[in-house]
Amino acid sequence: MKRRAFAYPYIVWMILFIAVPMLFIFYYAVTISGKLDLSVFWDTLKNPVNWKLLLDSIVMSLKTTGICLLLGYPIAYILSNMKKSVAGFISVLFFVPMWMNFVLRTYAWQAILNYVLPSIFGSKGTFTGTEWAVLLVLVYDYLPFMVLPLYNTLSKLDKSLLEASRDLGANGVQTFGRVILPLSVPGIVSGITMVFIPAITAFTVPVMIGNGNPDFFLYGNIIEIAFKQPTPNYAGGSTLSIILLISVFVSSLIMNRFDKEQIQ
Amino acid sequence: MKKATKSLKYVYLALMLFFLYLPILYLIVFSFNDFYNPSKHKDVFINLSKWNGFTLNNYGTLFKGAAGEALLLTLEIAGISSVVATVLGTAAAIGINSMRKRTRTAILNVSQLPMVNPDLVTGITFMMLFAFINSILIKMGLDQIGDFIKLLIAHISFSVPYVIFSVLPRLKQSSDMLYEAAMDLGCSPMQALLKVVIPDIMPGIASGFVMALTMSLDDFVVSWFVANSPVLSVHIYSSARMGVNPALATVIFIPLVTLLLIVNLRRIAREREYEIQNKKVKLKDKAQ
Amino acid sequence: MKKIIALVLASVMLLAFAACSSREKGDYSFADGDQYEEIGGELNILNWGEYIDPELITLFENETGVKVNYSELTSNEEMLIKLRSADCIYDLCFPSDYIIEQLIAEDMVLPLDYSKIPNAKNISERMKEFTNVFDPGAKYSLPYMWGTVGILYNTTMVDEEVDSWDILWDEKYTGQIWQYDSVRDAIAVSLLRLGYDINTRNEAEVEEAKDELIKQIPLLQGKGTDNIRDFMINDKAALAVLYSGDALYCCDENENLAYAVPKEGSNVWFDNVVIPKTAKNVEAAHAFINFINDANLAARNTEFIYYSTPNQGAIDRLDAELVEDEIFNPSDEVLSRCSVFHDLGSFAEVFNKAWIEYNTRSGK
Repeated sequence: MKRRAFAYPYIVWMILFIAVPMLFIFYYAVTISGKLDLSVFWDTLKNPVNWKLLLDSIVMSLKTTGICLLLGYPIAYILSNMKKSVAGFISVLFFVPMWMNFVLRTYAWQAILNYVLPSIFGSKGTFTGTEWAVLLVLVYDYLPFMVLPLYNTLSKLDKSLLEASRDLGANGVQTFGRVILPLSVPGIVSGITMVFIPAITAFTVPVMIGNGNPDFFLYGNIIEIAFKQPTPNYAGGSTLSIILLISVFVSSLIMNRFDKEQIQ
Repeated sequence: MKKATKSLKYVYLALMLFFLYLPILYLIVFSFNDFYNPSKHKDVFINLSKWNGFTLNNYGTLFKGAAGEALLLTLEIAGISSVVATVLGTAAAIGINSMRKRTRTAILNVSQLPMVNPDLVTGITFMMLFAFINSILIKMGLDQIGDFIKLLIAHISFSVPYVIFSVLPRLKQSSDMLYEAAMDLGCSPMQALLKVVIPDIMPGIASGFVMALTMSLDDFVVSWFVANSPVLSVHIYSSARMGVNPALATVIFIPLVTLLLIVNLRRIAREREYEIQNKKVKLKDKAQ
Repeated sequence: MKKIIALVLASVMLLAFAACSSREKGDYSFADGDQYEEIGGELNILNWGEYIDPELITLFENETGVKVNYSELTSNEEMLIKLRSADCIYDLCFPSDYIIEQLIAEDMVLPLDYSKIPNAKNISERMKEFTNVFDPGAKYSLPYMWGTVGILYNTTMVDEEVDSWDILWDEKYTGQIWQYDSVRDAIAVSLLRLGYDINTRNEAEVEEAKDELIKQIPLLQGKGTDNIRDFMINDKAALAVLYSGDALYCCDENENLAYAVPKEGSNVWFDNVVIPKTAKNVEAAHAFINFINDANLAARNTEFIYYSTPNQGAIDRLDAELVEDEIFNPSDEVLSRCSVFHDLGSFAEVFNKAWIEYNTRSGK
């Protein structure tokens, strides 16, 4: 039996429950009540507002991903130098908060940002509605998804390479820049994938923490509105989803290339 | 100097953990808050911004109405879906890793769809899919797919990619030679896999499982569209109009964490014991 | 290890029981000594979260032997999506006014059989004028809960009299105003302020209302729904557009707060109960409608939900202090200024487009 065969059950599953549902999206994008009609499709595509929102969302997601990487890399690095059993346990501890319901966590952040922190800092106002508050909660939600893949890669690094680098006279910074960082690229790429991509469509946090401020009205919100109207705009919503899917496809191509170059 | 950097590292870890646990602690504290206001008419609304005093009442009203069933359903779906997703995803990662680059990229790109798709779109597409399947089943005179199966399929589908993407990097690092060597030594492919490859990529599988479990416990939007019976998150979200009982979150959270702590601390303790014994043996060897 | 787990579980259970026993139950007897026959089967209900006293469901199950499956949702739009789904299973649901109009137009609901709902007599006459707008003669629906939309304000921050929507555009209160985060409500506020009908089908009027809303953005602390309550209760904001039910609760929590329905008029909303065409247990659905309209049970339910009840029998049985509250039980004078939302049909697209343009601060 070839090792490839292990993927077959998943491929069947993928086609049935990931690819086929996608076909529905394409079907709805180009039909209006069952008939082929491209008018909404083109209108949605041509509307500059949609593209601006997509850009805003990508920028917001890039910021989130950047902060997550900056905060998460040291965490993963520290963990990778600890004893395996302890480090494994702590890395799970980073995930455990996510077991508490997402909606409730966001409510708790609302309360902390509006009542606890202002009273600590002696401010009469509130902190929600600001960009830093939105980023704080976004980073909060996605940080664990950055730490875990990074930790997985870093903890598998061959320690003898580090010793070799040191023996050859490299200092700590050089070892990190020339050996550790390049070798941890697979982890960085999968961490970025897990944060950057879902964060593009995060729309509940920007609304709940952003106080509904139009500055935080993002691409996910416009998709939500399209589907959640008394008369849902399936064609428009589906087209918006397709635009999103294609952008993500492109960005993952770029990412893959990066990954490949590093491996070579 | 070295000690200073070491303690600095621990301070950093502690700070990050504090950041992640802050809202949880807040909710746990407020699950003991007395929301009842005796001078007023009714204690329906739950207000997370004001501390009124200690009470256990929130735990008493917890399972009134739909919450109990929702909690049970959540645990069942999370348990089964994360195990299935882990098995399916690990096998898939092993298979994908030995594929040609082009096929691999194609499959990985499709696999990313559930991660990138907004929950809302995933939820709606699943709803359309199940409605379509059920309408066919009705025409054929068969039973419709029920909520439980629908939820299970949806949860497995959106968590499998997370398993694949945490196992794959681990596989890339793991040498093919191990597998070949095991085969050369007379292992069947299955044996080689189970005895050599799997243990090597275990941390990846474990983190994939944790992510799958997390995705399932945390999901709201997809579950809402897919099924009629509410899972816990759906119950919590739709209760927002009246305020949400924070005890609902702690009641699922605390037992899980306790379990996790017990299992892990025991493992760590066992390892330490083992190390001490090893040291003793070494000392003995030296003494002789 | 097992012992520890058992210990943890046992203490959690103990905690729950200890807390349970400290609660007392209200009076859940039938006002007219009703008898219910054994019906059996299942009843699938789709309703807003926490929008019924759970005791009622248990009691109904015991009386009729029907197993109730209670599903929850957060918006009318979600309700429509579920009802339109090909494998919809619901026997009862509780949509709002203009959605009911749409459901009737799309032929998605069953007419009610009033011979099976004797308790419909409890519904206040005062409601009919409004419910007739979207469901003439209450052929398909009975009101369940209702309320108005108005301005909740903090009397320590607002000195002047609040009687006009204009105050929400007053620069004096920059950064202290909350707008309601939903298409119909926010645009209605702007339309009313300009002196237009909330059900307008005039594109220019909607456009103007939208432009005014965009002008209001710099003055806002935010726009929201449930989260507005906490800001008002904690003296963090001065003025907010809010539903009367939420306002009532806020005023209970913070005595500095007051609520006003502006002179330009406002919206009065209804959540009614309907039986979707997909219903399989129509018998039990009718029994349930009758059951929740029992004067005594409706009173308990109102105490639980804390919104205004259309049930006169329940009003007669509620605490006098609550009934006299102008927010809970608005006078005829206030109601005469209010109107109900209509289903806008295809014109809804104009509203939605305006809403997106408002949120993205775009448009001509």
